[in-house]
Amino acid sequence: MTPPPIAVRTATEWLSARARWHPLEIVFWFAAFAAIYLFPARHLILTEIAWLGLFALSLDLILGYAGIISLGHAAFFGFGAYTAALLAKHEIIEEPVLALLISGCAAMALGFVTSFLVLRGSDLTRLMVTLGVALVLRELANRYGWLTGGADGLQGVSIKPVLGVFRFDMFGHTGYTYSLTVLFILFLVARRLVNSPFGLSLLSVKSNPLRSSAIGISVDARLVAIYTVAAGYAGIAGALLAQTTAFASLEVFSFDRSADLLLVLIIGGAGYLYGGLIGAIIFKFMQDYLSALTPQYWPFWIGLALVVIVLVGRDRITSWTTPIRLMAARLNWRALARRSAERL
Amino acid sequence: MAVVLETISLVKQFNGVIASDNVSLQIEKGARQALIGPNGAGKTTLINLLTGVSRPTSGSILLDGEDITDLSTHKRVRLGIVRTFQINQLFSDLTPLETIGLAVSERRGQGLDWWRIVGSRPDLVAEVVEILERFHLTDVIDKRTAVLPYGKQRLLEIAVAIACRPRVLLLDEPAAGVPEEERHEILAAVAALPSDVSVLLIEHDMDIVFSFADRISVLVNGALFVEGTPEEVAHDARVKAVYLGEELVDA
Amino acid sequence: MLTILFDGIAYGMLLFVLACGLAVTLGLMNFINLAHGSFAMAGGYVTVVLVNRLGVPFLLSLPIAFLASAGIGFIFERTLYVHVYRKSHLDQVLFTIGLVFMSVAAVDYVMGSGQVFVQVPSAWQGKFDAFGVGIGRYRLLIIVICGLLTVALQFILAYTRFGSRLRAAVDDGRVARGLGINVNWIFALTFAFGSGLAGLGGALGAEILGLDPSFPLKFMIYFLIVVTVGGTSSITGPFLASLLLGIGDVAGKYYVPTLGSFVIYTIMIVVLVWRPQGLFSRATSR
Ligand SMILES: Nc1ncnc2c1ncn2[C@@H]1O[C@H](COP(=O)(O)OP(=O)(O)OP(=O)(O)O)[C@@H](O)[C@H]1O
Ligand SMILES: [Mg+2]
Repeated sequence: MTPPPIAVRTATEWLSARARWHPLEIVFWFAAFAAIYLFPARHLILTEIAWLGLFALSLDLILGYAGIISLGHAAFFGFGAYTAALLAKHEIIEEPVLALLISGCAAMALGFVTSFLVLRGSDLTRLMVTLGVALVLRELANRYGWLTGGADGLQGVSIKPVLGVFRFDMFGHTGYTYSLTVLFILFLVARRLVNSPFGLSLLSVKSNPLRSSAIGISVDARLVAIYTVAAGYAGIAGALLAQTTAFASLEVFSFDRSADLLLVLIIGGAGYLYGGLIGAIIFKFMQDYLSALTPQYWPFWIGLALVVIVLVGRDRITSWTTPIRLMAARLNWRALARRSAERL
Repeated sequence: MAVVLETISLVKQFNGVIASDNVSLQIEKGARQALIGPNGAGKTTLINLLTGVSRPTSGSILLDGEDITDLSTHKRVRLGIVRTFQINQLFSDLTPLETIGLAVSERRGQGLDWWRIVGSRPDLVAEVVEILERFHLTDVIDKRTAVLPYGKQRLLEIAVAIACRPRVLLLDEPAAGVPEEERHEILAAVAALPSDVSVLLIEHDMDIVFSFADRISVLVNGALFVEGTPEEVAHDARVKAVYLGEELVDA
Repeated sequence: MLTILFDGIAYGMLLFVLACGLAVTLGLMNFINLAHGSFAMAGGYVTVVLVNRLGVPFLLSLPIAFLASAGIGFIFERTLYVHVYRKSHLDQVLFTIGLVFMSVAAVDYVMGSGQVFVQVPSAWQGKFDAFGVGIGRYRLLIIVICGLLTVALQFILAYTRFGSRLRAAVDDGRVARGLGINVNWIFALTFAFGSGLAGLGGALGAEILGLDPSFPLKFMIYFLIVVTVGGTSSITGPFLASLLLGIGDVAGKYYVPTLGSFVIYTIMIVVLVWRPQGLFSRATSR
């Protein structure tokens, strides 16, 4: 018995379903931009959330969409941070936006070169190679102290006004607007990318590399491509940190940073782009609260969160978003329209 | 008839086990060829070699007379050598619609488009819909592949391969494990394959083999044992002796 | 020169005792246990408390450290780890990193964040000269103890019933289960034993590696290098990898101190990319 035919239009709608804007997404970004005017006193922490969210978004691209476990994503973050700080300190490129782009490109170049190291091997070898790359960079930064300031960090960086107009201030007003704008633009690009045929092929590579190559996909090339892009994102996140704090130190490469990042992404859930952003919000506010209580023992709470999340189950943890998603589906006028059309 | 795909003295060893033993096989244009042999004879191994999933210990593979022995899998797919898998190899989180859409966009060389939303090319979607209709998958286009009935998954296996527009199609036991009542759907799909596609079918069910093939190759212990028309193979005493037993006499 | 070799061997053998439990966990359950160093740290702190505060003789504190870490390992295995074996590698990584962070902060809370030292009896301190090679007494002790342990391990694996079951379970868990071997039980025992060895290593190594709450983080990469470079198909691989790593690290820090661990990490990356199954494992054909 032959199932009924379907219209091309219906198929098109289903295919592009993932790419459709959700009312909740619009609310999310509206709230983020409204915070510029609503919470001026919180701009410093909001700035941190913005670059951390971008950093986590970058990890999501390789972990959530391509299935690469990395314990050394801080390598690219740190590389971007030092590039931006050095560009400013030595007055090579003074305008922050341009410097940001160049830092991103530098991190991309590093990502491209090191991507060939993660193509082969098991999760464990990938994990160690990524970790190794971050450690090597840290050692290098430490060794070439004349350039990087070594263990003391890169002091005396001063950042010029954005676009020559907007001066960075100590309250983070400019910093937040700047970081959020960068995050938003890069988010749009990432959103476009993961909903494209290229994004679909990444999901396929993650899910079954054998079949992916059997339909003509060059698995290695796709992994190299997304790893490179993600490295660029991480580099820009690091550059944002360096520019908004006018500082870069060895700590940008640290293992803790990579590990925290995994937690950030896992809290929000990987594979739908918002996980890193939501995770960053929760993580930063948690950190703000808990480390005010006991600054030294903050890692304990991170550790506990990780252990509990795994024991309870990651999907069950992120299922707290399900009611929101359901509600959103009910709000979605397109879904409504479709359902009423079916009823007719 | 012109030979499309050809192997010359292919040998494959796994830690001492000889899985392919000096196989020289030819597939002609538009062929309906069956590859049979007992379990462990090396049939899947041969397909893995033909598609580049594994590399031969020695020997070579020619497509239209050109040596492709060192080409990677995805490049061979681009040249038209496409396979299905004995054990489903599908994208469990994607829907059949997305799976076929992916295969078609890759075939058209649009897989690197990263600024275009999936489904924004009407002609591509039309082709996808056409394939899904042909393989009776329209009722499940929006279900995750992992939750599809097994028979539908087997259909999707073949549909994905067809979406790659093969010149040579290698089917590794397409009906394996499919319940009796869903089998005919798969067989119909196999029978309806475009006639210009050369097909090599691996199958244990002799009814299917004899109704499908105009040429049969028998593989035993990794080596080509007997080759010929169904008639010849059916009446070959050696084949009866080593492998097919009584089953063939009825056929 | 020979002194460096000697120190390197001592360091390497110590690393082997510290890490060999990890090799078995990885080989047996395909489980990535980044928290292995936490069990080593536990052994180290147990010794510090016993020797420095309670005045227990150093040599007697070693077996106690072993038992303590083994006990902790056993409890953790039965209560927590068992729930994570079947989960994805990502989950395993998250879970064990979580344990590392918790142990670091907890030890910091209880013992303070400073580096601690074990009061090694004076008989074991100092150096003597043998054939022109300066030999540290304590390092000699380490080599002897670790050497004996290695021989004992090899013996257990090769000649005892437990050893053959363990090998069967490592080779193919399903088949082993089919043969009526209780793989879960074997794993719990092995895990506890591996943790115990790590604890013993931590106790022995507190003196030369330095012991502070960040120990599990600092040495995590070293343990991982031992098991990934050495491979998990035998204990000879990790043993050789440990020796190489120990000698390489000591020599590197002596001759090119400015490079730090740079060389080690670079070599690790090269080896892993070149031979993902490890340097000493049987080559598996594709
Ligand atoms: N990756 C591998 N490593 C080692 N041996 C292998 C490998 N793949 C196949 N073999 C061996 O090669 C031989 C042929 O296997 P193959 O899967 O090609 O048989 P087959 O004809 O497809 O059998 P079936 O009808 O059961 O599918 C078998 O002995 C098998 O054990
Ligand atoms: Mg087969």
